[in-house]
Amino acid sequence: MKALAARRHHPMAFVVILLLALLATGGLYAALQPRSAQAESYSQDDVAAGEALFLANCATCHGTTGAGEVDAEGNATGPSLVGVGAAAVDFQVGTGRMPMQMSGPQAARKAPQMNEEQTRQLAAYVASLGPGPSVPDESTLDLANADLENGGNIFRINCAMCHNAAGAGGALTRGKYAPALGGVESTHIYEAMETGPQNMPVFNDDNLSPEDKRDVVAYLKALEENGSPGGISLGSLGPVTEGLYAWTIVLALLVGCTVWLGAKAK
Amino acid sequence: MATTTPTKPTAASASGSSAAQGGRMMKLGAVGGAWLDQRVSGAGFVKFFARKIFPDHWSFMFGEVALYSFVILLISGTFLTMFFVPSMDEVVYEGIYAPLQGAHVSRAFESTLHLSFEVKGGLLFRQMHHWAALVFMVAIFVHMFRVFFTGAFRKPRELNWLVGFSLMILGMVAGFSGYSLPDDVLSGNGLRVVDGLMKAIPIVGTYLSMLLFGGEFPGHDIIPRLFTIHILLVPAAILGLIAIHLVLLVLHKHTQYPGPGRTDRNVVGFPLFPVYTAKAGGFFFLVFGIIALVSATTAINGVWIYGPYDPSPVSAGSQPDWYMLWTDGGLRLIPGWEFTIFGYVISLNMLIPMAIYGALLAFLALYPFIESWVTGDDREHHVLDLPYNTPVRTGLGVAWISIYVILALAATNDLIGMKLHLSINDLTWFFRIGIFVIPVLMFYVTKRLCLSMQRQRRDLVLHGVETSKVVRLEDGEMLEIHEPLNEYDRWVLVQHDDFRPLTAGNGVSSLRAAATSFFFKDRISPVTPAELREAMAHAGHEKHEIDALTGGDYTTPDQRH
Amino acid sequence: MTENLDGTRPAKGVSAIAAKEGGGFPNPGLPPHAHRQGDHDRGAEKRAERIVAVMFLISVLGTALFIAAYFVFTPMDRNLLAEPGTLHAVRWSNLFTGLGLAISMFFIGAAAVHWAKTLMPDEEVSEERHAIAGSPETQQAAADIITGGLAESGVGRRPVIVTTMVAALAALPIAVLAPLSTLGPLPGNKLHHTFWKAGLRITRDHDGTPIRADEVAMNSIFHVMPEGLDSETPDYLEERAKAAAVLVRIDPALGKNQSSLDNGYEGILAFSKICTHVGCPVALYEQQTHHMLCPCHQSTFDVTDGAKVIFGPAHRPLPQLPIEVDAEGYLVARGDFPEPIGPSFWDIHKDK
Repeated sequence: MKALAARRHHPMAFVVILLLALLATGGLYAALQPRSAQAESYSQDDVAAGEALFLANCATCHGTTGAGEVDAEGNATGPSLVGVGAAAVDFQVGTGRMPMQMSGPQAARKAPQMNEEQTRQLAAYVASLGPGPSVPDESTLDLANADLENGGNIFRINCAMCHNAAGAGGALTRGKYAPALGGVESTHIYEAMETGPQNMPVFNDDNLSPEDKRDVVAYLKALEENGSPGGISLGSLGPVTEGLYAWTIVLALLVGCTVWLGAKAK
Repeated sequence: MATTTPTKPTAASASGSSAAQGGRMMKLGAVGGAWLDQRVSGAGFVKFFARKIFPDHWSFMFGEVALYSFVILLISGTFLTMFFVPSMDEVVYEGIYAPLQGAHVSRAFESTLHLSFEVKGGLLFRQMHHWAALVFMVAIFVHMFRVFFTGAFRKPRELNWLVGFSLMILGMVAGFSGYSLPDDVLSGNGLRVVDGLMKAIPIVGTYLSMLLFGGEFPGHDIIPRLFTIHILLVPAAILGLIAIHLVLLVLHKHTQYPGPGRTDRNVVGFPLFPVYTAKAGGFFFLVFGIIALVSATTAINGVWIYGPYDPSPVSAGSQPDWYMLWTDGGLRLIPGWEFTIFGYVISLNMLIPMAIYGALLAFLALYPFIESWVTGDDREHHVLDLPYNTPVRTGLGVAWISIYVILALAATNDLIGMKLHLSINDLTWFFRIGIFVIPVLMFYVTKRLCLSMQRQRRDLVLHGVETSKVVRLEDGEMLEIHEPLNEYDRWVLVQHDDFRPLTAGNGVSSLRAAATSFFFKDRISPVTPAELREAMAHAGHEKHEIDALTGGDYTTPDQRH
Repeated sequence: MTENLDGTRPAKGVSAIAAKEGGGFPNPGLPPHAHRQGDHDRGAEKRAERIVAVMFLISVLGTALFIAAYFVFTPMDRNLLAEPGTLHAVRWSNLFTGLGLAISMFFIGAAAVHWAKTLMPDEEVSEERHAIAGSPETQQAAADIITGGLAESGVGRRPVIVTTMVAALAALPIAVLAPLSTLGPLPGNKLHHTFWKAGLRITRDHDGTPIRADEVAMNSIFHVMPEGLDSETPDYLEERAKAAAVLVRIDPALGKNQSSLDNGYEGILAFSKICTHVGCPVALYEQQTHHMLCPCHQSTFDVTDGAKVIFGPAHRPLPQLPIEVDAEGYLVARGDFPEPIGPSFWDIHKDK
């Protein structure tokens, strides 16, 4: 401490303080900046390759500039992608929803058509169209420190009404649905909350903080890890499948017994 | 008691035990028996009950399944009461289930998790309790419709039908009150629906809701109150009614399917001791074993996933247990009808479904009386109807079931929509129309099916069984030889009652005439001996064959002229 | 044709029973008995005996498994297959104790039934039924007892007693209403008011933090509660049950209902989360269609049109909470809901 006190008046001290202040401000700025600005660094090559992929696979619906396309009757064939960010691309393409196979009430999850590299390049291109949420990094999704209780509480209040308390999925209006969450990658769950794909509302960082979202992901992973202590889960769909099971399997076992009991021995 | 003891087959009587051992056991039995007889009239009981006859048929066993599930419910339920705390006081969860550690939950919820996870065998008993409850209601339904379709509710059993009906209603109450006890999000929302329905009752609705919940929903009283209802009031009522049900069963003796030697004046089967003691006693263990197997391997009602009750959250796919599903279906199908009169609200979107449920139940309860009014049949019936011999009754039963099933399916429209990729809106409209169209269609199809089965059986009696033996006549025609039925096989097909429509007047109201016309306008009469003789003569049988087979003196057409 | 088949006349007038020509076929009586293999084959009998014995033994093994599993597959202490105190330990405990119990029970039953079927007499026995109604003498005796008893009590001769007795018995049930009324309070105006009042900040349901208007992104949904409603509040759950609301933001250009937009703030609208049908939390929000769906009975509300019902059993729109922004930019309520939330009831439209 003495040494430091002695050097406080050193001419360079001002410069050091200035540098430290700059760093702190920058760091603080980086920390406080909405996540959308923490863009992953994409190279110019990534963007170029992404654009080529985009023109080949996505432009029909989203327009050659990604600004959306309108058909002859004035209906949007595909929404504008300006500002949706890399997270939206990583979710939509990474879960195989995009490119869409056929039009329907909503795009369904399927085996991804693009590999990881192509997905990254597409994300780079779309991110270049305008600032938007980026793909969460590993430290954001470090589930080891997550608060499961908080995640469960948030999930029940904000998510379970559509996705079911066990994440088994649920129906929406006119053939749309909230998909099941079992087996979905943590990153994709996070991105879905961040970007609000299709009819899902957006849960950006102003609504649920990154830690809140991480807790939700951790809660869903804990549900998967815990499994069903009581045995076969019957799809976790609740009393309906339980009743169906009672009327089919259990009743069949009972009828089997009654028939054996009532039949004459040979 | 006119019981005839069968002659024991020699092989069976000579089984292993030595005479000395048998003698000793006999002596012990005699001492014990005398002791009991002098205190509780044991001998009288044995004489009265031990040789009671029970007919053997697999479809007669579902009442027993219900009874045994109830016993399992009592056993497993007693275990659960040792650990469950029916209290809505708030505590912080600190058990082994990590995702809820630190959560504010009610004592009821906490103790449910505790007994599921930390008490040895607790989850097994909880799952057995819940599975047994589902099986209890399944068995009651199957049993009730066996009784319905075979006409076992006819005189003298109308009152026992009502007792059984009350047991079904009490089963629903028991189930619903138990389902709500863990105080989780799923059952809590179920209670909220009950609260909403209650409030819809004109004038007194909000008062009733306040009385039930001890104030506003959810309050602090509903779990303890449901607990008392669930473990004391309803089980006591069920036990009492089961006792009445069984006393009446013994009094009436069991019904039997039609068969040679079976009449309305006898009962043919096996004696309670030893055969039915072994069979029915053994069956208890079979049912217990099956419920234990299911509970060991299949999860039911994981309340930790639904979470502790809080009025804000809800889960997609929120449904009650299966026997309450139908009450949820009407609430989904009804359009948003509500009107205001003098500033007061009549919520038809809740009152109409409730009225429909009441009407469906009333039809079921009153059916025996409706049918006996129509037929004017005042006789005792102990021989059952085969369902195809009563086409209208069977059709009505199937139509009732179809309404019930449509309501239950409507209550699951979100799950159906999700799993089959259909729109819930389309499904709702399909069920809205279906509930009017499908029952009528089911009634008509069932009735036609029954009539064609009757026709087919008539043909079988008249023309006999195909023998696969083909003869070629002189003119080249090929004919398959038909073997006439023997009298035992034939009896089942010709024994049933025949009814005809009445005309109005002469003590018959026009309403009743219309009712008999609805029931009996389309009828296939059972084959009469005369018809059979004609058919056989036509098929070229000699007079002596005909006489031997029909047990009568056949007048050949030649003799008639 | 007004007679029953057994010759008696139906008591209720004309019956619809159609008599059979010549009385129909005669009942042929019980068919001859067919013996089982074991009845005359010593070998088959021995075999059946062995099967029964083996099944009883399997049951003993099941019981042993149950007892063993109860102590070596416990959820909390010893567990051979999983770490104690985890749900995996619970699963093994449930599986093995359950299987043990199932085996021990099932095979006792199976053995007993097999014993009955193969080794006990299988010839059916016929038992006479007795008339359920008493004989005329019994009926007469019963009638005599009742009329005699009634005469002894003097019911017919003492109308005053009978009248007062009926009055007493009729009055008694009214007494039951008194204790019944202690089960709960009267509704009063409880159902007409919620925790919301003017100036209360709108806070996130899951952590109670207030929300600034600029935080509510387009097409997002916030599940909200009034500020200060926490587990310390008296009647906490009852208040939450009425106060639960959602906050959504729509493009004001999409709005179809001006008064609804006026009650919001720049397209941010707050609605009660409690369905006006039977009271489930609604809240399945589709951000593209702006429809809100109830998961219980599928009432669908259009938030661009003042949460009007566009499908399903609900009738009234979701009550809207009027909101504004306070000096610090946080969203606050301008007052309580303008009408009672949740399911309709008799006097919902009366001011209280």
